[in-house]
Amino acid sequence: MRRAESIVAHLVVGVGVVFAVYPLLWVISVALSPGAMSDHAQALPWPEHPSLDSFASVLGLRDGHTTIFLRQVFNSLAVSLATALVAVAVATPAAYALARFRFVGKTWGMRVLLATQMFPAVASAVPLYLLLEGLHLLDSRSGLVLVYASTAVPFAIFQMRGAFEAVPVDLEEAAMVDGASRAEAFWRVTLPAVRPAIAVTALFAFMSAWNEFILAATLLSREAAFTLPVVLQRYVGEHDTAWGPFAAGAMLVSLPVMALFYVAQRQLVAGLTAGGVKG
Amino acid sequence: MLERLLALLLLATLVVLAPACAEPPSLVLWHSYRGEEERTLVALARRYESEQHIRVELLAVPFDAYTAKLTAAVPHAHGPDLFIDAHERLGIYRQENVVAPAGDALPDADVVGYDPSAIGAVTLDHQRWAVPLSTKCLALYVNDDLVKSVPALEDLESLRASLPPGVVPLAYEVENPYHHAAILSAFGGKLLEDDGTYGFAGPAALQSVVFVRELIARHLVPSDANGSLVKQLFSSGRAAMAIDGPWLAADLPPGLRYHVAELPLRTRGAEAMQPLLTVESVMLSPQGAQRAEVRAFARWLGGTESAIQRATGAHQVVANRAAWRDPLVAGDRLLAAFHDEQRWAQPMSTSTRMRAAWVPAQEAMRRVFRGEDPQTALVEGMGRFEDALKPPPPPPSPAPLVVVTGLLALLGAIFAVRRATTPDFRHALRVSRTAYRYVAHAAVVVVVLVVVPLAAGALTSLFAGTRADPRYVGLGNYVAILTARGGPLLGHGSFYLTLLVTVLWTVCNVTLHLVLGVVLGMLLSRPAMKLRGAYRVLLVLPWAVPSYVTALAWKGMFHRQFGAVNAMLGALGIEPVSWFSHFATAFAANVATNVWLGFPFMMVVTLGALTSISKEVLEAAEVDGATRWQRFWGVTVPLLRPTMLPAVVLGSVWTFNMFNVVFLVSGGEPDGSTDILVSDAYRWAFTRDAQYGYAAAYAVLIFLILAGGSRLLSRVGGAKEASA
Repeated sequence: MRRAESIVAHLVVGVGVVFAVYPLLWVISVALSPGAMSDHAQALPWPEHPSLDSFASVLGLRDGHTTIFLRQVFNSLAVSLATALVAVAVATPAAYALARFRFVGKTWGMRVLLATQMFPAVASAVPLYLLLEGLHLLDSRSGLVLVYASTAVPFAIFQMRGAFEAVPVDLEEAAMVDGASRAEAFWRVTLPAVRPAIAVTALFAFMSAWNEFILAATLLSREAAFTLPVVLQRYVGEHDTAWGPFAAGAMLVSLPVMALFYVAQRQLVAGLTAGGVKG
Repeated sequence: MLERLLALLLLATLVVLAPACAEPPSLVLWHSYRGEEERTLVALARRYESEQHIRVELLAVPFDAYTAKLTAAVPHAHGPDLFIDAHERLGIYRQENVVAPAGDALPDADVVGYDPSAIGAVTLDHQRWAVPLSTKCLALYVNDDLVKSVPALEDLESLRASLPPGVVPLAYEVENPYHHAAILSAFGGKLLEDDGTYGFAGPAALQSVVFVRELIARHLVPSDANGSLVKQLFSSGRAAMAIDGPWLAADLPPGLRYHVAELPLRTRGAEAMQPLLTVESVMLSPQGAQRAEVRAFARWLGGTESAIQRATGAHQVVANRAAWRDPLVAGDRLLAAFHDEQRWAQPMSTSTRMRAAWVPAQEAMRRVFRGEDPQTALVEGMGRFEDALKPPPPPPSPAPLVVVTGLLALLGAIFAVRRATTPDFRHALRVSRTAYRYVAHAAVVVVVLVVVPLAAGALTSLFAGTRADPRYVGLGNYVAILTARGGPLLGHGSFYLTLLVTVLWTVCNVTLHLVLGVVLGMLLSRPAMKLRGAYRVLLVLPWAVPSYVTALAWKGMFHRQFGAVNAMLGALGIEPVSWFSHFATAFAANVATNVWLGFPFMMVVTLGALTSISKEVLEAAEVDGATRWQRFWGVTVPLLRPTMLPAVVLGSVWTFNMFNVVFLVSGGEPDGSTDILVSDAYRWAFTRDAQYGYAAAYAVLIFLILAGGSRLLSRVGGAKEASA
């Protein structure tokens, strides 16, 4: 019985994995084929004349662009990490208050927050541009972080509030009965309990910043300030697209995200203090 | 304590990120060149720097963001001094105050030095607005091993007789109006008449589309070729000829024996094909045009020295005539062929109306090639063009709106003051003080960065016209949208029909996201599952790779002739499906892509939510004799709901506004039917004569629908929660 069940489980997950990975194999195949896309229908993504040329050109090994490429990697990392940090830092206390306290304006606040997610983001592109212009933050990484935070913070608040609500109040109260202040209870008890949610929230904020291109391309005006998606999008031209480098770049760009997810999933597994809830 | 720490952290981040102060550049030039064109431009800039002792800063911008970036930056004086772009965008750039007249960058004395057609293309209202660099137009690539003499278009059949099996006589992008314009001209027609009226509906248009439909039916040209496919077919010798621009030559394999010739005649001795001519030019921003050194650089870039370097280094068909006397340039057969073809070419219209003509023309062509009645398709195409350019309603007085808003504000204020003076409220406010210390930062961030910009964006919905010249129309945009612009309420492209598609799209996606996400999340949370770490990482990969790349990969997989999906179906003995020709299949392709992109998010949320459910509860239920199914519905689901509900609401909202997938995968095909509200709003803003106000009204309506819908969803979800 257990065995059959386990086989079914592996089968279902296996089908999911094939669904998830198959299109990516095409991306890899294109990245390894310098001659663009395949010219006949084939079901298996296998490059005909595999070569690493596309990767070399993305990394700038040909034209000595490696230094500036590394600079752009750094830009992307700095902007995305800062976005994640800002999102979590701003959202965590607010989410905690929304989950734990009753206060005047709470319902309205939540409504406005949800409402902001319902406007198509394009509607605010021009006003945001003017805002950054007013703050003299055009063409700077901090400005970009502010813009990305505008999308990441509302989501982070939602996500964290759900997580705080799932932590039993008894836990904190027990700590406070033992003599801890509310802040201490928050730091020692509640925050560790929502560590997985923080990891997921930070990861999400990181990724939304890491993959964004149109705002970055509009706001940044120095090559040394570009983030990676802008660099990648340069392979798409008016008449033709350099598919090989485009796909190779996409793979390179996704490596750090994969690594991060790997780290975060350890968090997910290990960071549980469900033991404390038992009583 | 906590807040202070976080505030410090925040401050530290901002300090670390503070912009490195760049020294003021002397000359800034933006372009979207790539490859050898970019390298040549860099070399030219360096050469000019060393000769003139002036700094030239180049910025290569992705093509997809180029126009948007210019129109955002230049009117606010954050743009470049000069930029390189195609002449046909001069109309838009003039409207948006992005470009200034060239002045002494192109003095009268220089005019004779350029091709007359190029000068004509950059002259608007008796003023010259740019310095022409190079021209681009279509010409005929001929494979010398396969074709002895170029036949007229009618004689492609006879050419095929001499070709090996599997080789198509001619390949070009049949569904692209830019390419079709050349065929159309051979029948005496134009996409846009000189007076700005739509040209793709008369007898010439009809003859041209029927003619091409015939070519496709007889397999003389491939039916759904895009640029990459044409390149593939011609470079592998499976297309004997190709109609394409100079950019194709750079990608052809060195061993291929071919030459470039003038476009074939329709019949021997009849009218020649006249391709559209694009003149790439240096344009001056209003700030740059005021500086003599900027104008001097622009003039130099168009000059003979630079032209020779561009022709030899970047294979540009340069507009400078003196450069063609250089033996290296004159001896380049490829360049000479394009230069010859250019004599026939017609400069593309700079009218902003041209922008609104592409999509109706393309939709009409696709409908005809799919087998619909040509006359109806073309006439409806014209109707759509005229509808898109319908002048905005006359400006009403803003008084009623101001009065109503004022009254509402007053009532609100009175209500607030009366409530605030009650003792209960004062007490509640005192109690709330702790909470406010926690939410203050977030409130400021959300209001300043999100609410205010969105409100400002929403206000533009009360205006029509361009950004530089907005006109107040009150609720005119809303009235037009909600009355389906006077057409049938469920007619093509109407708000209501698109709304139905959008709702269907959201329901399908969110359901599949949730089912896949929860099932996989639950399976992966079983401690007994082997390899679950590896599975988790593999399953989340779709989320990790940028979606603008993977969406295009999916589009490729659904290609009729060369896609992997049809290859798999073929292996099962199923006929290839033309995915983007029918609503159901195109919609399914979009859904498949978006489910693939979105399920990892739901899975991760599920995993996160499951970790907060204690095993004890489940074990207790098991001891009480609950079956697995009962435990799932009775224990797991109610405990999951608080964390999952916001994710579902947010997921629905995001899916409702999921622009990327629809735009990149089906692109609205067939015939705009798979467009959702947000991609339709995009079309109003960017492909139908820049109706930003109209698009903003769409955004506000989307917001109202979502606000209503999500309240409903929360109420349903909340009610269940209360009863559980």
